[in-house]
Amino acid sequence: MSQQQDSTQGSVSVNRVGLALFGVYVLLYGGFMALVLAGPDLLATRVFGGVNLAIACGLGLIVAAVVLSVVYILARASHDRPGRS
Amino acid sequence: MLHETSPLAIAIFAAFVAGVLWLSFRLGRKGQSAEGYYAAHGQVHWFVNGVAFAGDYLSAASFLGICGLIAFYGYDGFLYSIGFLAGWVVALFVIAEPIKALGKFTFADALDSRFDSRGIKLAVAISTLVVSVFYLIPQMVGAGALVTPLLGLPHWAGVILVGVAVTFIVVTAGMVSTTWVQFIKGSLLVFFCGVLTLLILNRGLVVNAGRPGPPDFTPQTRSIRPDGQVLIDGEPQSAEHDLRPVGTLASLPERYAGEGKTGPLGPLAYLATLEDSTVVTWRRETTRDDDGTHDVFTPRERPAAELLRPGGYFKGLAGGSLIARLDFASLMLALFCGTASLPHILIRYYTVKDAAAARKSTVVGIATIGIFYVLTLYLGLGAMTSGFLDPTNSNMAAPLLAKSFSNTLFAVISAIAFTTVLGTVSGLIMAGSGAVAHDLVENVAGVQMTDHEKVRVGKLAAVGLGIVAMALGILFKGFNVGFLVGWAFNIAASANLPALVMLLFWPRTTKQGITAAVTVGMTASLAWILLSADTFEKVYGISRDLAPMPFSQPGLVTIPLGFLVLVVVSLLTPAPRHR
Repeated sequence: MSQQQDSTQGSVSVNRVGLALFGVYVLLYGGFMALVLAGPDLLATRVFGGVNLAIACGLGLIVAAVVLSVVYILARASHDRPGRS
Repeated sequence: MLHETSPLAIAIFAAFVAGVLWLSFRLGRKGQSAEGYYAAHGQVHWFVNGVAFAGDYLSAASFLGICGLIAFYGYDGFLYSIGFLAGWVVALFVIAEPIKALGKFTFADALDSRFDSRGIKLAVAISTLVVSVFYLIPQMVGAGALVTPLLGLPHWAGVILVGVAVTFIVVTAGMVSTTWVQFIKGSLLVFFCGVLTLLILNRGLVVNAGRPGPPDFTPQTRSIRPDGQVLIDGEPQSAEHDLRPVGTLASLPERYAGEGKTGPLGPLAYLATLEDSTVVTWRRETTRDDDGTHDVFTPRERPAAELLRPGGYFKGLAGGSLIARLDFASLMLALFCGTASLPHILIRYYTVKDAAAARKSTVVGIATIGIFYVLTLYLGLGAMTSGFLDPTNSNMAAPLLAKSFSNTLFAVISAIAFTTVLGTVSGLIMAGSGAVAHDLVENVAGVQMTDHEKVRVGKLAAVGLGIVAMALGILFKGFNVGFLVGWAFNIAASANLPALVMLLFWPRTTKQGITAAVTVGMTASLAWILLSADTFEKVYGISRDLAPMPFSQPGLVTIPLGFLVLVVVSLLTPAPRHR
């Protein structure tokens, strides 16, 4: 039983880090979708090296997913270090 | 289009597929002779498992479907890439670790871990089967698309080839080899797509694919008569009298005027230069009469900038149609929620020894898949201007792009894609047959079986599923595989995500709530798809105006419906007494 409580506690702390990063990504993904739905013309604006906003946002979302997942394992690794499983 | 075969290409293809099959059997036997089937999984290094994640996930839909959508419709195909990767964020941050903390090994077991309910087992087993079948369809269609240009065989032959090979693999080899085979495929797929991208950037942009004179704007007509005969511009189709390949660059920005090509370009310069160019796309108009079906392909010159923004495939986006916007939002929601609800992806999370290794492998998976999806943009745009597209089939864009460089590369890319299909289909059939043998026959029906009988029932189910997959693969020939996999994501997200999320985060969830949510989510999304305009038009062959559903992608309605049903049923039934 105590083992089960340990794992439950572990998952709660996982959820806090994970859910915070998830929230960040939902804002990015949701924001981009809102832009596609509300202002597709705006996405044609050239922003970066002659590349338009649509492509810059798309590539940015892919990079953001990778960066946030790396942040996640770094946060989890530092959480695991004090000896918690 | 008819496609010439090359003996060299066939030889490379056969050698590659044989090599992967040999490796699969060899590792499969080794796994069985070692300390058992599943124990070996715990020894897999997290990096290998991470790339295997990518091998598992990057199915025919990602490679063939997305490249084809970008090549045919521009930016909108890339939206699938964005959505497919975003789904991994949900899987990693929200679902995977709490599920692992439940200490279970299969999706049905995890949902049922607190309840031991026959209703949950039945509902989840059926939803696993339905999702597997819907995920199988695009893989089989992709297989057909691959063998047509490579081996010169008709679509149905490719579907049968994969169906027979996979059923053979599932019935003879073991699961343990899958991780290594997926690792090799994942690495090779990303590596060779990287090579293709470098070749595309090195070639730069070339007006009319380097062919002399301006692009040909003559319309082309393909008629398929009731007896199956194919006519091109009114005459029987032959190697000499066939559709012209399409998809070229019409003009470059002024600074390249007179040269007709840019020479090598950097990744950003490629996109920026294309944006200032014009391309030749085509409009397809289909009519039906007593003489059969007629497709008229009319080339037209368009600014590439129009294709590098949303609205090419999701037509109503730019026009402001509310229905089109809801359809698009529904698809993007399903892609976001779907990955974390796919049974075969969730199960893979358990294949490493501990939570830290599982996390690291997931991140390697996300990075590998992310790199691949960035490459899909260049592959799709490279195909769009390669002058090698088959206007009748978007799924062939990636292999034909490789063919525009060399037959050898074409054979290698096709072989990798084909083995990707083999691996994904094997995994899905395994998952489906497991749902039948373990969940339905043993746990739900209560049939007591010996180990030997369990294996036999599983193999029989695998053969049955293989036959179903082949039939559906032939039936859905004309569909883009990326589009088809969107349906699988819709059903997975509608049936499984509400139950999964609420079980993890709402203690008041009851077994009746989970059973009802899975059943209603699955049934509603499936019924919606079967009654949608796309299915009416492309599967039943009747007018899309008769379809009762307002838009084709159900997720926007059926995912919230699953949550609502779960909450209402849980509140109406006695609270669980656990914890």
